[in-house]
Amino acid sequence: MNKIWLVTQREYLTRVKNKTFILTTLLTPLGILVFMAAVVLVMSTGSDKVKVINVYDPTLLLENELKTRDNLTFKFSNESLDAQKELYKEKKINGILEIPALTDSLASKYVYKYHSDDQLAMDETYAIESAIGKKIRNYKLKKLNIDSNTLKNLDTDVSAEPVTILADKKISSITTIVSSVLGGVVGYAMFFIILFYGMQVMRSVMEEKINRIVEVLISSLKPFELMMGKVIGVGLVGLTQIGIWLILMPIIYIIGAALFGINPDSMGAMNTGNIPMEDIAMSSQDKIGQIFLEIRAMNWWLILPLTLFYFLAGYFAYSALFAAIGSAVGEDINEANSLTLPVMMPLMFSMYIGISAVNAPDSSLAVWSSMIPLLSSIVMPVRLPFDPPWWQIAISVVSLVIFSIFLVWLAARIYRVGILMYGKKASFKELSKWIFYKG
Amino acid sequence: MNVLSLQNVVKAYANHIAVNDVSFDVKAGSIFGLLGPNGAGKTSLIRIITTITAADSGKIFLNDHPLNHLHPNEIGYMPEERGLYKKMKVGEQLLYLAQLKGLSSKDAKIKLRNWLEKFEILSWWDKKIGDLSKGMSQKVQFIATVVHDPSLIILDEPFSGLDPINANLIKDEIYQLKEKGASILFSTHRMEQVEEICEDIVLINKGKILLYGGVDKIKNDFKEHLFSVKYNGNLPESISDHNYLIVSKTANEIVFKAGVDQTSNDLLRNLINSHVNIVSFNEIMPSLNEIFIKIVESNNE
Repeated sequence: MNKIWLVTQREYLTRVKNKTFILTTLLTPLGILVFMAAVVLVMSTGSDKVKVINVYDPTLLLENELKTRDNLTFKFSNESLDAQKELYKEKKINGILEIPALTDSLASKYVYKYHSDDQLAMDETYAIESAIGKKIRNYKLKKLNIDSNTLKNLDTDVSAEPVTILADKKISSITTIVSSVLGGVVGYAMFFIILFYGMQVMRSVMEEKINRIVEVLISSLKPFELMMGKVIGVGLVGLTQIGIWLILMPIIYIIGAALFGINPDSMGAMNTGNIPMEDIAMSSQDKIGQIFLEIRAMNWWLILPLTLFYFLAGYFAYSALFAAIGSAVGEDINEANSLTLPVMMPLMFSMYIGISAVNAPDSSLAVWSSMIPLLSSIVMPVRLPFDPPWWQIAISVVSLVIFSIFLVWLAARIYRVGILMYGKKASFKELSKWIFYKG
Repeated sequence: MNVLSLQNVVKAYANHIAVNDVSFDVKAGSIFGLLGPNGAGKTSLIRIITTITAADSGKIFLNDHPLNHLHPNEIGYMPEERGLYKKMKVGEQLLYLAQLKGLSSKDAKIKLRNWLEKFEILSWWDKKIGDLSKGMSQKVQFIATVVHDPSLIILDEPFSGLDPINANLIKDEIYQLKEKGASILFSTHRMEQVEEICEDIVLINKGKILLYGGVDKIKNDFKEHLFSVKYNGNLPESISDHNYLIVSKTANEIVFKAGVDQTSNDLLRNLINSHVNIVSFNEIMPSLNEIFIKIVESNNE
């Protein structure tokens, strides 16, 4: 036990003290922030030149109304089009918006003209088009004698109110959305973390074998102790890195927001693809509040420890397998690639099942694979926010524990032979023989 | 007292027997040679003694106790294929290896300082192994092998890759460790080193013991009763009348082969009586190298 701890310490400290580790750990959140800031900047800046556009609207369709934007000024002018074109030639204006008369008052199509050698930016076009669209709509309403209130009454906001029959708890329509996002994020994160740190274990094993230090080591401690120390050490590095990110992200976000003036609204604008906020602003305040309520209402006392459990069990099983593969290969990284493929398969498979489980958490595929060991380590955490029945969790936990212990045992059998085996081409046939080697 | 005792040890792999009924004892405070050609089973045997693998049958005792999981702390092992973490610093690495052998961090630090000072390499403490030359990292490896004061030190080809100066340094250390009471099991196929250092040897080939005993006794057993005589002046004609077979003759040296019942005294007496001007008189002892080649070749036939 003491020796496992020594190995764990070494694996942990040499990694954590490594410059690359420190840099990636500290710079990744910063990098993400810079990236997001850059995206926000790119999305929010339109044209940086001041533009003056004349609007030629002889039929007063726009009723002399078009909102001026930051760098864009609209001037209504009744001068003839030719006279305005002269202004364009003198470079006094950047373009002329020609609003033709609405000939067919009920036409479903309307075309306006923009006279200029330059094109309008996307958001400018969008603003103009929605302004004209609104005017035409109002015009049509009047023409058809429809009261705008009457029209409003035609629209119905349909949403479902889930009501449980047996379970005694409240769920709202947002519960499903929040659960889906949460499940999806957890599923993806588990996949990448297990894969990334599992590979690190494999590389560490290969390094010791290539270095030949492994023979000195196992004359001091059992191969199993060496393998477990390694797996635990790398796992702790992973937890440390994730922990630091979880702390750093909000801090850097707050600092960043203060420095660059990024506010959540502009982030929101980015996500909604520049649709004017006012359209959703009304309900979004409520919704955000509701989301927080939902998040708070989740059974965190169950979800958090169980997610951690599934992560640990999955990580142990997979990284032990990666260690076994690392012990079998030695120098040839290509050989490692062909051997890791079968281990990657259940991992990738379970991630895809996990993603589909977000949409259908109670499908038989999701239910079964959340109880099958190895698959369950990713699929079940995805289902956890959806409150799966306790017996499914129980079966899943017990089977995963038993199977993980079995896999670690199996991997250790291969590992102890593999680390001392040189010059033999590692194949699965060979590996399975090693399992049965005595002492 | 024996530091190590092997009794009828057998280890078989899928398609060959690596160690076949091997028994020998290593006396406490002695230097013992484990000899054999490549693939003879030396490494398999060492891995069994270091508890890396287990024997299929037979008994092994370390300091009179059956080999158990605590014993690795009493053994220092330097494998033929040297290896250290290239990216770790000398100090941290030695500290880690010493702690794996059961030393506390505090004890390990004190002992390591002494060793590094002894080898005049204390300034390397913060150097990375990858930046050291091969000879330098060999010194570090040697320290890692002996820092925990093992009662049995197993050295597999300890001098390979060392220049004569560093080889002598290590050799002196081996003698000093022996003086302090440690036993050294020395695995090699370099016979001249064995002859110089070892008191007892075991020679194995194809997993089996071919020879086992004290170096002097083995040499005695294999001697061919050859005597070399160096002389001045002329040899008398009558020298060929004696009952000795003349193996070779040069201007100032003659080699006789004596019969089984003839002693060196008889030969010497005859030479004196023949008025030979003797400068030196030696019995020619076989070198271990000759014995090794002779035995292994006849075994392989």
